[in-house]
Amino acid sequence: MTAVGQVSDAVARDEVGDIDIQLIELSKRFDDVVAVDALSLEIERGSFFALLGPSGCGKTTTLRMIGGFEEPTSGRIELAGTDVSGLPPYKRDVNTVFQSYALFPHLTIFENVAFGLRRRKVRGDELRRRVVESLELVGLGGLERRKPRQLSGGQQQRIALARALVNRPRVLLLDEPLGALDLKLRKEMQLELKRIQHEVGITFVHVTHDQEEAMTMADRIVIMNHGQIEQLGTPSLLYEQPRTAFVASFLGVSNLLAGTVTGADRVRLADGTEVRVQRDALGGRTGSVQIGVRPEKLRLDGSESNTLEGTVAESAYIGVSTQYIVNTAAGAVTAYVQNDRPGAQAIPDGSRLTLSWNPDCTFVVDAQEAS
Amino acid sequence: MSAVTAPAEVARTRSPLRVLAWVRRHLLDAYALLALGYLFLPIAIVIAFSFNNPLGRFNYTWQGFTFHNWAHPLDYPGLSGALRVSIEIALLSSLIATVLGTLIALALVRYRFRGSSTTNLLIFVPMTTPEIVMGTSLLTLFLNWRIPQGFGTILIAHVAFNISYVVVTVRARLVGFDRHLEEAAMDLGANEVVTFFRVTLPLIAPGILAASLLAFALSIDDFVITYFNAGTTTTFPLFVWGSARVAVPPQINVVGTAIFLVAVGGMLVNVVWQNRRARLSA
Ligand SMILES: Nc1ncnc2c1ncn2[C@@H]1O[C@H](COP(=O)(O)OP(=O)(O)O)[C@@H](O)[C@H]1O
Ligand SMILES: [Mg+2]
Repeated sequence: MTAVGQVSDAVARDEVGDIDIQLIELSKRFDDVVAVDALSLEIERGSFFALLGPSGCGKTTTLRMIGGFEEPTSGRIELAGTDVSGLPPYKRDVNTVFQSYALFPHLTIFENVAFGLRRRKVRGDELRRRVVESLELVGLGGLERRKPRQLSGGQQQRIALARALVNRPRVLLLDEPLGALDLKLRKEMQLELKRIQHEVGITFVHVTHDQEEAMTMADRIVIMNHGQIEQLGTPSLLYEQPRTAFVASFLGVSNLLAGTVTGADRVRLADGTEVRVQRDALGGRTGSVQIGVRPEKLRLDGSESNTLEGTVAESAYIGVSTQYIVNTAAGAVTAYVQNDRPGAQAIPDGSRLTLSWNPDCTFVVDAQEAS
Repeated sequence: MSAVTAPAEVARTRSPLRVLAWVRRHLLDAYALLALGYLFLPIAIVIAFSFNNPLGRFNYTWQGFTFHNWAHPLDYPGLSGALRVSIEIALLSSLIATVLGTLIALALVRYRFRGSSTTNLLIFVPMTTPEIVMGTSLLTLFLNWRIPQGFGTILIAHVAFNISYVVVTVRARLVGFDRHLEEAAMDLGANEVVTFFRVTLPLIAPGILAASLLAFALSIDDFVITYFNAGTTTTFPLFVWGSARVAVPPQINVVGTAIFLVAVGGMLVNVVWQNRRARLSA
């Protein structure tokens, strides 16, 4: 190959928008449980990607299939365009941070981090340099001679990260890596992980059941439920325009009100009030639907065009905002009001008021199944 | 009841109670001491009589103290040959049984295969079968297959009864093994073989060492099974049995004591090593 060819290859490989991981109709069945159900997904090179969903929805199984620890029942996995479905883990350019960290208890921290490099015959000064560099990346230089059990949980977590990153894999898989840490440490590590990902530029696939964690860290999130994709997108898209009731209630708080479609951008609520929604959000639906509004999008002064009459049932002062539960003829609605003006008084319980919100802040999901 | 008499009464009722409590507290100690004495008295006598200077051919009554036996531990016709056979068989059989038993334990813990649950049960059969039954049935087998009796048949028999103990010991170590460690090794580029030697084996090594020590100890003093399958070959236990009718030289006590000390030494080394590992890792 000529030098020119090599350069253009390198450029092509690093071009933003390249697909690092592609899952094609991927399924996994355990006896009678379908853990992953015909999942198709593309993950862009260099992105911080989160797999988010409730416990048991198939996140770990998906990750383990990408890593090579679980054989798919059907479907394909492509890494950087090549099919790796039948390959063992040691032949995939992917490294994993296990939830239990899985540090080798009989080896020192140095040897734990050096393990992958030694397998690839990196020796001597380069080995030492890369191990030390990797430990410094996670802020734990100087602990080389310790054994894993002499470190705290947070430190072990960082070692597991260093041990994976030192190999400079194409993709790093993380299975609930912060799950075992306490809240404060978890918040710290969320930012730390994001910094490290920016620094190394490797594609991160992060599994979590914590929506806040996924929102904080990921560029893109896929929300899974029952082994299937509910919705994929940026954190703001998923939050502002959830497409299913599941996404709307899994990601933050939503007010969902039942109604009937009456026009291209109109829905009549149960109490007869007609509200306007985005044409796109309606997506050609007819008949029964639910409209949704986030609590912080509601105004209590009737200044927006969609309106709903109600009575304050409950209020709670939370500091940055005050939270109201308002009973309306269409159902109970939660509203958050910013406490951004001095000396603002809470509206007393029992007061009548008009809730209002912008049609552009109104999303639409399918009607609740009659149960 | 007046306030004056009360303390005296309490004291009177308390003192027998206090004695009872004292007895109860020390009963367990006393019991433990007695049990230990019961266990160690025979060993103590074996050791003591290795320093005896018997008048006749039988080392049965205490005559006088001497270091002569320890200075000449093999000074009795046939003893050194028998001891050598015993040590060779113990080394070989424990080695073979440890390798085979470890592999069986790995297969049993790691894989669900047809007949694996049956194997899990059958593994206990050699441990529970009376030795005499095992010895005679092996004899029948060797006779029917016309396998000449001797070193080879003793070795086969010892491997056969040792394997079960190795499987049970190693399996116990494997059950608590975190499979994610092996996955992590493969994730980092180690194939199955490298993963086994770099991760699995070092972590189950204490169990394997304990199993091989146990196998060695079981083999070196086996009498019943060996007796049926030895042909003309003589191991140390067979030698003791054979010579006992005409003489019991103190050298037998010396060798017995030496074997005992080696076994205790090996056990201590294993315990110390495991404690150190437990402190450093896991
Ligand atoms: N090895 C297995 N054998 C049988 N069922 C399994 C196995 N692994 C996972 N499952 C099942 O598959 C489903 C998805 O599991 P998992 O991928 O671990 O979910 P998540 O990581 O999202 O919590 C669950 O119902 C779980 O019980
Ligand atoms: Mg999981």
